[in-house]
Amino acid sequence: MVAIPALAVEDLSVEFRTRSGVVKVLDHVGFTVEKGETVALVGESGSGKSVTAFAVMGILDAAGKVTSGRAMFGGSDLLAQSERDLAELRGRELSMIFQNPRTALNPIRRVGQQIADVLVRHGGATRPDAPREAIKMLKKVRIPDPERRAEAYPFELSGGMCQRIMIAIALACRPALLIADEPTTGLDVTTQAVIMDLIGELGRDSGMATIFITHDLGLAAEYCDRIVVMHAGHIVESAPSRALFANARHPYSAKLLAATPGETASLASLVSIPGGLPDLRRADLPACRYSGRCERLTDACAQPLPHKTVGERHDVACWNPL
Amino acid sequence: MLKLLLSRLATAIPSIAGVIVVTFMLTRLLPGDPAAYFAGLAASPQAIAEVRTKLGLDKSLPEQFVGYIVDLAHGNLGNSLSTGQPVVAEIVNRLPASAELTLVALFLAVGIAIPLGVLAAVKQGTWIDHLCRIVTTAGVSLPVFFTGLLMAYVFYYLLQIAPAPTGRLDAFLSAPTDITGFYLIDSILTGNLETFRGALSQLALPAISMAIFSLAPLARMTRGSMLSVLNSDFVRTARASGLAPRTVVFTYAFRNAVLPVITTLGMVFSFLLGANVLVETVFAWPGIGLYAVNALLTSDYAPVQGFVLAMAVLYIALNLLIDLLYGLVDPRVRLDS
Amino acid sequence: MMPLLRHARYVLSENPVTGLAFGLFTLFLIAAIFGPLIAPYNPLQSDAVNTLKPPTWAHPFGTDQLGRDIFSRVLVAARLDLSIAFASVILAFLLGALSGVAAGYFGGWTDRIVGRLADTIMAFPLFVLAMGIVAALGNKVINIVIATAIINFPLYVRVARAEANVRRDAGFVEAARLSGNGEARVLLGHVLPNIMPIMMVQMSLTMGYAILNAAGLSFIGLGVRPPDAEWGIMVADGANFIQSGEWWVAFFPGVTLMLAVFCFNLLGDGLRDIIDPRQRT
Repeated sequence: MVAIPALAVEDLSVEFRTRSGVVKVLDHVGFTVEKGETVALVGESGSGKSVTAFAVMGILDAAGKVTSGRAMFGGSDLLAQSERDLAELRGRELSMIFQNPRTALNPIRRVGQQIADVLVRHGGATRPDAPREAIKMLKKVRIPDPERRAEAYPFELSGGMCQRIMIAIALACRPALLIADEPTTGLDVTTQAVIMDLIGELGRDSGMATIFITHDLGLAAEYCDRIVVMHAGHIVESAPSRALFANARHPYSAKLLAATPGETASLASLVSIPGGLPDLRRADLPACRYSGRCERLTDACAQPLPHKTVGERHDVACWNPL
Repeated sequence: MLKLLLSRLATAIPSIAGVIVVTFMLTRLLPGDPAAYFAGLAASPQAIAEVRTKLGLDKSLPEQFVGYIVDLAHGNLGNSLSTGQPVVAEIVNRLPASAELTLVALFLAVGIAIPLGVLAAVKQGTWIDHLCRIVTTAGVSLPVFFTGLLMAYVFYYLLQIAPAPTGRLDAFLSAPTDITGFYLIDSILTGNLETFRGALSQLALPAISMAIFSLAPLARMTRGSMLSVLNSDFVRTARASGLAPRTVVFTYAFRNAVLPVITTLGMVFSFLLGANVLVETVFAWPGIGLYAVNALLTSDYAPVQGFVLAMAVLYIALNLLIDLLYGLVDPRVRLDS
Repeated sequence: MMPLLRHARYVLSENPVTGLAFGLFTLFLIAAIFGPLIAPYNPLQSDAVNTLKPPTWAHPFGTDQLGRDIFSRVLVAARLDLSIAFASVILAFLLGALSGVAAGYFGGWTDRIVGRLADTIMAFPLFVLAMGIVAALGNKVINIVIATAIINFPLYVRVARAEANVRRDAGFVEAARLSGNGEARVLLGHVLPNIMPIMMVQMSLTMGYAILNAAGLSFIGLGVRPPDAEWGIMVADGANFIQSGEWWVAFFPGVTLMLAVFCFNLLGDGLRDIIDPRQRT
C-alpha cells in the first residue's frame, strides 16, 4: 500500500500580469511531501520557490493567477477551494512562516495577542483561555520569561525572538504541513541553527510535514530529507538529500552544489553559475529554461522537458543529464 | 503615556511662543500706524493719540512686548471698537457656536472619508475606488464658500427643505438653556426636541459644506495608507494564519493604516478652522469667524488679533491632542518617548 | 529627455484626465492673456435696464445687480486671479526653496532658524494667518500675494530642505566643491538646479490652493476692491441674491473658480506622476 502524501502538487502553473506583460512564473511544477517528511525547495531568487508556497497557501498577490494544476492536501485540492474554506484551513492544517520576522508581525499588537488571535480563530482556545494557551506556546518555542514576553510588542524583541513568535503562531494549531520561507534569512548564524533545530524538533514531535524554502543548499542538506531544485519556474531535479549531494544529475544542480561552500570545498574551488535567469515575459521561452546557461546543450533540448526517474525517488528534467 | 504628554507639551511651548511673537509683530512692526488701526477708520487725531498712550505705543518695542505679554497673562486682548466689549468675552461667548459647527463637520468628514478610503483600498479598481478618487480630487477643488451657497440655493430656495441660511436657530425657537453651549447637546439635555430639530436643520448645510471640503485629504490618506498596509508582510502573515477577513482588515490592517490618517488630521484641522470663517460668513453663523470678518470690515483690529491668536492656540491644542491620540494607537511612540 | 517624454506620454495615456486638465489650463491661459480683448462687454459697464437678468444668448452668464455682463467679468477676472496665485507661488518658491536649500545644505544654525520660522507659520491654521497678515499689512491685492506666499512657505522649505540634505554629500556636489567652487556657487549652481523638478511639482500642486486661498480672502472682503472683477468677490456679490433665487450671479464665477482649482490640482498630480512616480497614490 502506498502512503498518501501530506501534499502533492501536480502540474502547477502560475502567471503574473504586470504592466510590461505576462510573467510565466511557474510552469507545470510538481512535487510531493510525505507525512512527517522535510523537503527543501532550493533555487536562486526569482526561481519561483516562494510563489509555489504562496500558491499552495492561496495567498498570491492579486496580480498572480493559477492557470493550471492541483495541490492535493488531505484528500482535497487546495487550489479548487473557496477563499472561505481555505481560510479555515490556513493556520490550522497548513501554516507558513516568513523571512524578516520583525516586519512579518503586526507592529502594534502584543505578540501574545497575535498568537491568541490564531488560537481563537481556529478553535484552539476560547477567548478567556487564549492568553494562557498563548503563553504555553511561547514556552514551547522556548522563549524565556514567557508571561512577560507575551505582553511585548515586536519592536521590543530581537529578530530571533520574533521568529520564535512566528513559529508559535504557525504551530499553535498543530498543522499537518508547515511551509517555512527562508525562516533564517537576516538572523545571525547561531540564531539560525537554534531556529532550524526548533522547527525540526517541533515538526518531528507532531509528525508534521515541512517544506523548507531556501537558497542555501548546505542548510537544506543538513535539515531536510529531500531536496527539490527549482530554476526559473521549473523543477529541474528532486532527490533525497544524500543522493543529490553524491550524484547530482541536472547540470544546474551540479553547478549549485559546486557553488555551495561545504566542509570539504575550499574557497578556491567554489564556482559561480554563468548567466542569469531568462526573462520570463518572453513569448518564445525555450522548453528548457536553463538552456541559455547550460554547457551540455544539445539539439534534443528543444523538445518538451522530459521527466526521467534516475534512482530511488530521484527525478531529473533534462535530456542530457550528468 | 504621562511621559508622552509631558514631552509633547514641551514641544508645544516654542510654538505658542512663536504664535505670540507673530501676533505681536502683526500689529506693531508693520508699516503704518498701529494706533490708527486700533482707533479705527473714523478716528480723529486726538482719538488716535489717546489710543497710542492707552496701548503704550509711545513706549519702546521691548516695553510694548512685555506689556502685551502681561495683558495676555491677564486674559486681556483689548476691547472691540464697535461693540465696546472685551474681545476675550466675545470670543468665549461665540466659541461654542464655531466649535459645534466644526466638530460636527469633522465627525461627518471622518465618518465618510475613512469608510470610503478603506473600501476603496479593499476593493481596489471597483466603482467605489473610482468614487473615492473623484471625491478626493474634486473635494479639495471646491471653494467651501461656493459649495455652501450652492447648497443653500438648492435646499433652501429650490427644494425648500432646509431653513433660511441665517444663524444657529430659527427666530421662532428659543435657544436651549446654556449648559455646554452646544445647541444640539443642550437641547437634548433639557429634553427640548423641537429646538434640537431646529438646531440640527440649521447646522446641516454649513456642516456638510465644511465636511465636503475637508474629507478629501482624509479619504486620500486612508486609501493610500490602507493599500500599503494591505500589501505589508504582517497582513500576509495574518492571511496565512487564516484569520477571518474581518480581523485581517480591521484589527490588523486598519489599526496600522489609521496612524498616518491621524497625522493628516492636523492638516484637516487647519483646513476646517480656515473654512469655518468662510462658512460662517455664508450662513451668518454667529461664531468667532463671523465676528472676525465683521471686525475686519470695520477695521476693528483688536478682535481680529484676538481671533488669530485664539485660533492659533486652539490649533496647537488640537495638534497636541492628535499627538496623544497617535500615542494611544501606536505603542512604539508611547513606549519610546 | 526622451525617456521623460515617453514616460509623459505613458502617464497621459494611462490617465486621460491629465489631458483634460491640460486643455482646461490652455483655456484659462487664453482667458488670462486675451480676456479683455475677447470679452463681449466692458466688464465694468453697468446697465440700469438690464439688472439681474438670467442667462440669455446675449448674456450667457446673465447680468449682475448693476447690469454688468457676468460672462465678461468672469473672463476678465482670470487674469487677476491667476496672477495673484502665480505671483504668490513664485514668491513662496523663491523664499522657501532658497532658505530650505540653505537649511538642508548648511545644517546647524541656519537649519534651526529656518525650521523654527516654518514651524511657527505651521502653528497657525493657514487661512486664519493669511487673514491676519492681510488685515495687518493693509487691504491691498499685493498683500494677498504676500500672505498666500507666507502660508505656502513651509511646504517649500520642507521639500527643499529634505532634497538638499540628501544631496549635500552626493558625488556631483562633492566634485563641484573640490574643484574650487565657493559654497554659495555650489548651492545655487549645483544643488538648487537638481531640486528644480521636484520644486516644479510642488509649485503646480500649491497653485490650486493659492487660487482657492486668494479667492477666499477676497470673498470675505480682503484685498480686491469692487468694482474690480475677481471670482471670489463676484461669488460674494452673488451671495446676496441666492436667497431670492438669482443663482447665476454667484454660480458662474464660483464654477469657474472651481474648475480653475480642479485643473491645477489635476495638473499637479499629473506632473508629479511624470517627474516623481514614486509619490503616486
